Amino acid sequence: MIEVRLFATFREGRDKISYLEPQGYHTAAEIIHYFRIADDEVAICLINGRHSKLDSSVKDGDVIALFPPVGGG
Amino acid sequence: MTTAYNGKMARINLTTGEIKVEQLNMELAKKFIGGRGLGTKMLYDEGIATVDPLSEANKLIYITGAMTGTKAPTTGRYMVVTKSPLTGMIACSNSGGIWGAKLKYAGWDAIIVEGKSEKPVYINVVDDKIELLSAECLVGMQSEEIDGELKKLHQDCSVLNIGPAGEHLSLLAAIMNDKDRAAGRSGVGAVMGSKNLKAISVSASKSSIDSFDPEALKEITKSSTQLIRENGVTGSGLPTYGTAVLVNIVNNIGSFPTKNWQESYYEDADSTSGEALKEKFLVKQSFCHRCPIGCGRVVNMNGQVVGGPEYEPLWAYGGNCGINDLNAINEANYWCNEYGMDAISTPCTIAAAMELYQKGYIKEEECEGIPLVWGDPKVIIEWTKRMGEAKIPLAKLMADGSYRLCEYYGHPEISMSVKKQEMPAYDARGIQGIGITYATSNRGGCHVRGYMISPEVLGLPQALDRTETENKALWAKIFQDLTSVIDSMGMCLFTSFALGAPEYAKLLNAGTGTNYSPEELLLVGERIYNIERLFNKAAGMKPEDDCLPKRLIEEPITNSFSEGQVSQIAITLPQYYKERGWENAFPTKETLERLDLL
Ligand code: SF4
Repeated sequence: MIEVRLFATFREGRDKISYLEPQGYHTAAEIIHYFRIADDEVAICLINGRHSKLDSSVKDGDVIALFPPVGGG
Repeated sequence: MTTAYNGKMARINLTTGEIKVEQLNMELAKKFIGGRGLGTKMLYDEGIATVDPLSEANKLIYITGAMTGTKAPTTGRYMVVTKSPLTGMIACSNSGGIWGAKLKYAGWDAIIVEGKSEKPVYINVVDDKIELLSAECLVGMQSEEIDGELKKLHQDCSVLNIGPAGEHLSLLAAIMNDKDRAAGRSGVGAVMGSKNLKAISVSASKSSIDSFDPEALKEITKSSTQLIRENGVTGSGLPTYGTAVLVNIVNNIGSFPTKNWQESYYEDADSTSGEALKEKFLVKQSFCHRCPIGCGRVVNMNGQVVGGPEYEPLWAYGGNCGINDLNAINEANYWCNEYGMDAISTPCTIAAAMELYQKGYIKEEECEGIPLVWGDPKVIIEWTKRMGEAKIPLAKLMADGSYRLCEYYGHPEISMSVKKQEMPAYDARGIQGIGITYATSNRGGCHVRGYMISPEVLGLPQALDRTETENKALWAKIFQDLTSVIDSMGMCLFTSFALGAPEYAKLLNAGTGTNYSPEELLLVGERIYNIERLFNKAAGMKPEDDCLPKRLIEEPITNSFSEGQVSQIAITLPQYYKERGWENAFPTKETLERLDLL
């Protein structure tokens, strides 16, 4: 399974955490499209805690965390 | 020449009661801008570096930024510059609200307080009139109550004050203004307490300030505000969730210090996040003076509407104490403000005490009925109040911060501090650049002296790999220098998510008549960083004070996404000194010459 965690406004109308069957998802981009999130809405994409590009490949057991532009201090 | 400076400051001697009006040194103002830079230069020149911080000889400089009170965005800010009783080095604590702007509207750039009053007093400023009044009636009062009392006496005033913690000379005492805004760090409230100064109220009949080129300022204010509104972080993220939105990001890179930094991932982080705060407790945003962002939170706390926690206290009372009860965090944060204590160092000291208890160094009988166990919401609320009261022996020790507490129990390594000041909410083992700015911060453990989280975690203005060390020293230096500029201008650091050196240069030039290029402005920032370092050198700082706690260097992260990582500060620190032109932690003669500091 691929665990997908959504944060901030990405949670509006979506589940905070979803588990996807790994078949059919090769990249982070394919996953965000499943959630109907556009590429340019994603400010931070973490795959297993590492900042990753949307064309990075994903595999069974990965944890994907997605954030819109947010910040603070 | 008309500029955004009033050109005037007040020197108040609390020993003699004398109040003198002095001219602002405009040459120095040009070289050090104002606020943090100019305040530090003034304190250094007054020979304060060598004095005992809690003695009559220390001075407190309340100073506005060059742009404070102007039409530029986020310009309600002021700084308190003094010698810190917590670190023994430079203290410069920055706060928003409106107090700073009111001081400027009343006609003053700064107030210098010297000496010590025999009895509790407060300073009342009404335009160009300044008086010292008895504060006997305010003794023992908490922050909000003092605010209310002084507002009854002086209509439309803005109030800065110390709560009971400052009166007890707690080394974690903050200075509060406009109810829940804080100049929180480095024990500046204790210095105020040591002088028997309880509050400063300011009223002004004006509500604007001149500038050198009003038309140019209007233009650049308009375009800067637009950049702020269009930016994803300042235009949407911060207004919607506040700074607390960072909880989930930092946790999801496995760099969220948990249980006093023994772990770096908190399973329950989401229940203490900005998202949870918004969903369950948020009443509305709050704004400092002239702020188009509004990162402040107003929350419902058991039916009472109060100022809510920012990211730092949410983390420090939350994951760092193993607490997942957001209502309890709101309450502990509220009491922290009411007693007037640093909302980072106070909960971090509770976390250190919890580890001392976990390891058996603090005994149950010392806890007087509230054992310091991880995860108990009662602990963070009641121990915060106990620290504010400083009555029972253990709470008294804790009120002076984690370093002195852990040293007392023979385990200073348990204090997660730099230069005796507690570090904030990002684990420097998983984020290499922030470790450089922690270790080299002139005021001790701090995230707002070079916010490397921006490139390393948020990818702004450009993404850097958080685990790498390459180029981090140079980035850290640039961030530190730019931050020095922003603080000295009296603007909020959060504007830097949307603005860069070119915008700050244009704003400052239009406000004050300088003609700085962005590069020259960064050089001024570098000068400011170096004058702070010279203050610390004179105060007795040693090269080995630029360090991180042993845990970050020797104990790899054990859980989750940053497992196995340690800080590479041994590699990055020499690189940083090279970038700075420092040898053994201090500027060389050539560097001082280059920065016109000789
Ligand atoms: S962004 Fe937040 S801290 Fe900064 S000025 Fe605005 S309200 Fe104050």
